[in-house]
Amino acid sequence: MIRLKLRLLLQLVVVGGGIAAVAAAAVADTPPQQVIAQAARKVVKLYGAGGLRSLEGYQSGILVSPDGVILTAASTVLDSEQIDCVLDDGRRYVARLVGVDPRRELAVLRIDATDLPAFPLAAADSVAPGTRVYALSNMFGVAVGDERVTVQRGVVAVVAPLEARRGAAEAPYRGDVYVLDCTTNNPGSPGGAVVDARGRLVGMLGKELRSTASGIWLNYALPVTELAAGSDAVLTGTAAAAIPVDATRLDPRIVGAVLVPDLLDRTPPFVESVDPGSAAARAGLRSDDLVIAVGGRSVSTRAAVEQALGGLAVGDPVRITVIRAGSLEEFDLGPRPPAGEQP
Amino acid sequence: MILHVPPPCLQTLLACVAAALLATPAVGVDPIVLEAEARRVEVIRAATDTAVAIFAGSSGGGSGVLITADGYALTNFHVVQPAGVAMTCGLADGRLYEAVLVGLDPTGDVALIKLLGRDDFPFATLADSDEVEVGDWCFAAGNPFLLATDLVPSISAGIVSGTHRYQFPAGTILEYADCLQVDAAINPGNSGGGLFDAAGQLIGVNGRASFEKRGRVNVGAGYAISANQLRNFLGCLRGGRLCDHATLGATVATAADGRVVVSDILETSDTWRQGLRYDDEIVSLAGRSVRTVNAFKNVLGTLPAGWQVPLVVRQGGRRQELLVRLARVHAAAELAAIVTAGAEQPEGAGPAAGESELPAAVRDLYEARPGFTNYHFNVVERDRVGRAIAAARGKAGKGPWVLAGQMEEGGEFRIEVSDSLAVIDLPTGTSELDAGGELDASPVPPGSGGLLAALVVWRRIVVEGPAAVGRTTYWGRAPRDPRGIDPAGGDSVDVLETVVAGVEARLAVDAGGRIVGVDLWTAADADPCEVRITAAADDKAGRPARLEVWRGSERFGTFLLETVDLGEAAP
Repeated sequence: MIRLKLRLLLQLVVVGGGIAAVAAAAVADTPPQQVIAQAARKVVKLYGAGGLRSLEGYQSGILVSPDGVILTAASTVLDSEQIDCVLDDGRRYVARLVGVDPRRELAVLRIDATDLPAFPLAAADSVAPGTRVYALSNMFGVAVGDERVTVQRGVVAVVAPLEARRGAAEAPYRGDVYVLDCTTNNPGSPGGAVVDARGRLVGMLGKELRSTASGIWLNYALPVTELAAGSDAVLTGTAAAAIPVDATRLDPRIVGAVLVPDLLDRTPPFVESVDPGSAAARAGLRSDDLVIAVGGRSVSTRAAVEQALGGLAVGDPVRITVIRAGSLEEFDLGPRPPAGEQP
Repeated sequence: MILHVPPPCLQTLLACVAAALLATPAVGVDPIVLEAEARRVEVIRAATDTAVAIFAGSSGGGSGVLITADGYALTNFHVVQPAGVAMTCGLADGRLYEAVLVGLDPTGDVALIKLLGRDDFPFATLADSDEVEVGDWCFAAGNPFLLATDLVPSISAGIVSGTHRYQFPAGTILEYADCLQVDAAINPGNSGGGLFDAAGQLIGVNGRASFEKRGRVNVGAGYAISANQLRNFLGCLRGGRLCDHATLGATVATAADGRVVVSDILETSDTWRQGLRYDDEIVSLAGRSVRTVNAFKNVLGTLPAGWQVPLVVRQGGRRQELLVRLARVHAAAELAAIVTAGAEQPEGAGPAAGESELPAAVRDLYEARPGFTNYHFNVVERDRVGRAIAAARGKAGKGPWVLAGQMEEGGEFRIEVSDSLAVIDLPTGTSELDAGGELDASPVPPGSGGLLAALVVWRRIVVEGPAAVGRTTYWGRAPRDPRGIDPAGGDSVDVLETVVAGVEARLAVDAGGRIVGVDLWTAADADPCEVRITAAADDKAGRPARLEVWRGSERFGTFLLETVDLGEAAP
């Protein structure tokens, strides 16, 4: 009886293997090397803010229209005066932040170019667990210029809700993600493409997150259906083009105040300098001012300043309270500008 | 069928299970799939046999891969550095072998060791790693986390994630240029082990991985030194040398318009003498196009110091083809200090120390000498080349050598070289050199950089043999014909280096033991006299028929030989 069961099991395994093999043979018309090469042309390298400790200043992006629409993960990398975009062939562009879907942490960028290779989002379809995929991203920033991004192979291990956190904060997206069986989500990976064996877009690699349940680092992708919905929301203006509280910090440089470098665990938010002609300069902020509140919310670290500022919607008044020579002073810096705008 | 399981061997058991599955066609497995699987199992089994588990005592260990039947194995410098000269290695056959350190390339993180006790080791074959494509299936065989306590390696499979990657030096050295990136798991302990393609050919040696906040475990990005880089350095390594990487004596940077241009250059460098200048745009190096600074570093990082390679630049809008001689990156003492730094020798004197404590089997295979990893193997290689030269010598004898004929540039010439005197008659005049004295006394004929001295050294190496001439060592291998003179050229040659009577020379020796080139320096930091010796295409004996003599970028002359007497008359 036991023998029989074993044999049955073996046959099941073989049948399963056979089906997988037949499926593999069916899609093997195009060699994987070629599928990868074609997919890689639609993945871009992005460079923006960061470079300090574990905050990388680079990530990846996916071209979704021939006229330069790029999807990527909404992150601090995009909080930069200039987002540089390098295509697979080495061409460089400055990317403009069109908008952000804060719930999906999805950002839409645009470059001024035409006739680009791109993944069509229109035909987006879900895939089932067990689907073989390739992940393409500029993880660890290992590719520069015209060098091709990193390619990894894996399998969609499970489709499940994302229950994850970044530090102490919960990730805002609660929908299903594709959990992958290989280590895809590394520094630089966010915004990378996950494609199937035919090179069709399956999903986008998300930010580095840890499971709320186990604390382990997650390897996951936002499904392509969510990408389509998210980019639609941004492009039609139904998603707030603001970045949510606690999800993304905003450097007060955006209003012209340069804080001391964030080198300590709790860097006190001293103003190092003030950009001439900026809102901060006009309001009268000076170097050596110690910021103690933003919008009436008390802050004691540089990170808290960035978080408080990131919590303000575009257009909200920016009020900054500082200690100067032992006394409290308050300054009104006008409306909070959008993240991509020059100060 | 299952009853016929032979005694306990997991692989055999698996093979039997596979056979059982093969015997049940009813379930409809495509035979192609089963064949592919059987082939993959066989390829991995063959590679398993070539994997070396290296144990470096308390300081850990790593992996290696056998590349010859007589036991030469490649590994990482950082794996053998703590072990010193002697180490214990295990193979998948379950046996331990003593091994001796042969050669080191600290910058490239490569070491060559030799396992002892057999001349029929299973070995892997180096592939052409430039043929590797992103997406190719690959696997690593090694000793991650030193798990191979039974000496059988772990196998991790994946795909090639990137080719021609540049990884900045970790610390001061260990630069990974032009490396392969894989998603096969590369963990601590995999270092030095082989990376194989689907056919089981060796495409690289694993040695590095991106480790960040998740700890020192695989995160999906491992890096392997390419087989082509390993092949370039193999001659130097087999010669027991302390190999160095190359520099142009110039730095490059990306200009505002994206071109790769020379940002600084040493005016004492060979490249300066050959015509490289500030702001020149680098177009290609060693035949590979250069469009980014990374690409430039990639090409340069795979080349040993001392090679002559073509460099194409755009200079003031004009394309220039230069032939440059690559300089060393480090001073010899600097490299020796790097090697010594991490070695666990109580005297702190590196592998040279503690010689008396070496195992008996290794003691006879090790000789310390400055500038070398293990001088013993230099003698082995020098004597191998010496035997080839002796076999090819034919009737060449101790009598005077007479070479006479027409200059391609017009006019007649006659050269006579004996033990005591070298004389050359050229249309422009006659020069002579005391062949028994200091050869750097006068670099004659004028403008040649020392042609007569080069001919004297050539004759002495052939007649007396390398071991008897001055201080002659094995230098390594190099491209046979960087100037593209010889129609039969293209492959690589052995190179001997000799320091004799005030001059330094490098002699290129082909597989048949014929000397095909002599480069001779009468002074450092000056262009050598380069003699390129070719035989007539239809001459099986390979007697010299044509000498082309160069100094830097200037051709001194081309000698078409009509009379060739290599001292045959004398005993």
